[in-house]
Amino acid sequence: MNIIFYLIPLGLVLLLAAIAAFFWATRSGQFDDLDTPAWRIILDDEKRPPGD
Amino acid sequence: MTPTTHCFHCGDEFSTEQAPTLVTIDGHAREFCSGACARIGRLISARGLDDFYRFRTDPAGRVSGTATHSDWTSYDRAGVQREFVAAEDDGSHRAQFLLEGVHCAACVWLIESAVAPLDGVLDIAVDPVTTRTNLHWASDRIPLSQIFEHLSALGFTPVPYTQDAAEAARRDERRQALRRLAVAGLGMMQVMSFAVALYLGAWSDPAIGEYLRLISLLVATPVVLYAGAPFFRSAWLGIRTRSLGMDVPVALAIGGAWSASVYNTFTGQGEVYFDSATMFVFFLTGARYLEMAGRHRALSLSAALSTHVPRVAHRLRGAVAETVGTLELETGDQILVHPGQAVPADGRLRDRRASVHESLLTGESTPVAKRQGDQVIAGSVNGGQPIHLTVTATGANTVLAQISGLSTTAAGNKPRLVATADRIARYFVAAVLCIAGATYAGWYGLAPERAFEVALSVLVVTCPCALALATPAVFTVATSALAGRGLLLRQPGALQAMSEVTSVVFDKTGTLTGDEIALAQVELFGALDEQQALAIASALESRSEHPIARAFAQSTATAEISDFNVSQGAGVEARVDGQTWRIGSYAYVDALTAAETSCAGWQETGDQRYVYLGSQEGLAARFALTERPRPGADEVVERLSALGLELQIASGDTAGPVQRLAHSLGIAQYHAGLKPEDKLEFLHALQARGERALMVGDGINDSPVLAGADVSIAMGAGTALARHTADSVLLGNSLLPVADALETSRRAMGIVRQNLTWAIGYNLLAVPLAATGMLAPWMAALGMSASSLLVTGNALRLGRAPAAPASKTASTSSCCATRKSALPI
Repeated sequence: MNIIFYLIPLGLVLLLAAIAAFFWATRSGQFDDLDTPAWRIILDDEKRPPGD
Repeated sequence: MTPTTHCFHCGDEFSTEQAPTLVTIDGHAREFCSGACARIGRLISARGLDDFYRFRTDPAGRVSGTATHSDWTSYDRAGVQREFVAAEDDGSHRAQFLLEGVHCAACVWLIESAVAPLDGVLDIAVDPVTTRTNLHWASDRIPLSQIFEHLSALGFTPVPYTQDAAEAARRDERRQALRRLAVAGLGMMQVMSFAVALYLGAWSDPAIGEYLRLISLLVATPVVLYAGAPFFRSAWLGIRTRSLGMDVPVALAIGGAWSASVYNTFTGQGEVYFDSATMFVFFLTGARYLEMAGRHRALSLSAALSTHVPRVAHRLRGAVAETVGTLELETGDQILVHPGQAVPADGRLRDRRASVHESLLTGESTPVAKRQGDQVIAGSVNGGQPIHLTVTATGANTVLAQISGLSTTAAGNKPRLVATADRIARYFVAAVLCIAGATYAGWYGLAPERAFEVALSVLVVTCPCALALATPAVFTVATSALAGRGLLLRQPGALQAMSEVTSVVFDKTGTLTGDEIALAQVELFGALDEQQALAIASALESRSEHPIARAFAQSTATAEISDFNVSQGAGVEARVDGQTWRIGSYAYVDALTAAETSCAGWQETGDQRYVYLGSQEGLAARFALTERPRPGADEVVERLSALGLELQIASGDTAGPVQRLAHSLGIAQYHAGLKPEDKLEFLHALQARGERALMVGDGINDSPVLAGADVSIAMGAGTALARHTADSVLLGNSLLPVADALETSRRAMGIVRQNLTWAIGYNLLAVPLAATGMLAPWMAALGMSASSLLVTGNALRLGRAPAAPASKTASTSSCCATRKSALPI
């Protein structure tokens, strides 16, 4: 059971990493526009989409 | 009734009698209504971008040949670019602008596929909702003007957009809130998992319990102190200004739970409430984030819409006028303003006299006469001859800039109903604090060890967030749902005002009617009868691409024509059955006919448009033209009547056309020949009768009424002034969002009432339970959260399309299928 003395701090390190990553993402503007990316996925870059 | 079809590009209905222009798209010949639409269709097809027509969900906007800007080169000037272009380190540039004419994702695809391959364009990204466009390009390889030319050739007009300081501040606030939300959410999940272990008591080993508490403390502290900081700040502010806001009990509950838990952790006695505190912070932060995001969006959209001052000015250097950016102007410069253009800076008039529209400032729609030396303000529109000004103030110092600063502040104000909820909340908060205090005192007497826990439960469970959330959540969802359907709410109070509307007043020209022109009346002067005159007219117009020509598409057999000849802006001439005929303006036709025809009493009256037909033998006929109802107008009338609203037309037009339109749409009450002040008086009379009026209009002459009405909607294609004075703006060409707005506002108010009822009922039930100590703090936090989620979820129902009559759903929702509503005309 003593394993949790190591695992929980490890989990907290991961938590810190996740928060740091999120902070970086907001600073670099990735969350500024939440509408366009949703549309973009249905628009093909190819001039001829498949099924044509 | 003539057979009609829909233009493949803009979706507008037009008659097929006059042969439509055919363009091959994706292997099929498609029909296009006018020269401009067909030109764009050909351009799209020639570049292999036919898929635009397959992917699009809405028809493209109607293209008028004149709307396209001919000369974009002034946008290459550094002074013009200074406002909306930023240089990158590698020498490339980024520009931000809005694109008029973007309707759906397929437009975005079209723009990106057509512009991105241009040499020198590094990246272009268009937001289909706000039409905000980010362009990244290498300015040494392609000038900006060339990119703008490509865009306008596709039918999209770039409008430079400056991200002002307020916008940047909002962006930072949004990012900050998002970070707080992430910290609160991630922290809450961790603390929860430890709390479950603690509650279950899975470990009998007290050391592990101690350890879990310590870890919880470690995680919960940043959540409370960082993510929860806004609550403490706002609560402190509330206490200092002696106005108890919702944040006071919130801060008390969070702060109390956290500090008691910290104390208990170190003393090793009693309960810890880290889970309750973090959960509380997370849900409140989340709710506030959603509310803020909606508010910001409405604000930035309306800021973008209210650009009045032109980007480009004409500065005089001696006798030579040079085009410069408005920002380059300095006090003392001499500038020239052409008729119909907006004045770029405040200035003093140098000409002897001038007439300008200052309605932007005063609401007066009639032009104001100015004398030499008078001040002319930026944003007013030159209504007469070219005028010369000496600049007295520029940029942020102009009267207009100062006023729009004021209105931006006003736009940030909360809607009335939210304010009411806040006022109720203040008493509510005071009551909660009293109850919590009494509970603590009561329990302290009975069982001192439980007193804190029970008082905390009371604080948490009564947290008025269901009350505080109930209204803003509904407003946010309704606002964004309406924006998605093509109606922007500019004023926060608009939604509530719409739900209370009892009477809808429409302007006629430009509002109920669109650009489509129909034949209203034929007057004969010669030997021809009406059928013959129409046959000749339609034969003449069959080759013309002018919008007026569509009015003459007739079912009668077309005569043979030859020697077809167009005089730009005057009319057309051709030989029909061996005789030369002309159709067009009086002067043009009169030049062909012998001079003996009298023109007495034939002058143009009102805004009725006349077209004359004549041959060498004299004038034959005069045709009166009127506009056709806008697409969807009849459906809007039907749906509004179904809501039990009183519909009216208030028009400046003459009685004939107004009556015809009112009858064709089934509107019983109409008032013709009203001047702007008459309209306002008519409106006041309505209001005096106790009616709540919604005004829908487009013109400069409507703006006083738009401002005076209880709530108003301006056509997006209308004048900038009308858009500025109205509470909300229609984005597209259709009137349908008007009906959507009124229906949505009523449902929204219904949901607000449900939510408030729930919030009050919940508290009545929960407070006694908490005060008698039957709820642990975590149960209280859960109950509070569930209540908040219920309220938010209820509000989210508004975002879904209403259960409209089955046949209408396709045309009401913004992204379903190409509009196919046939107009019975």
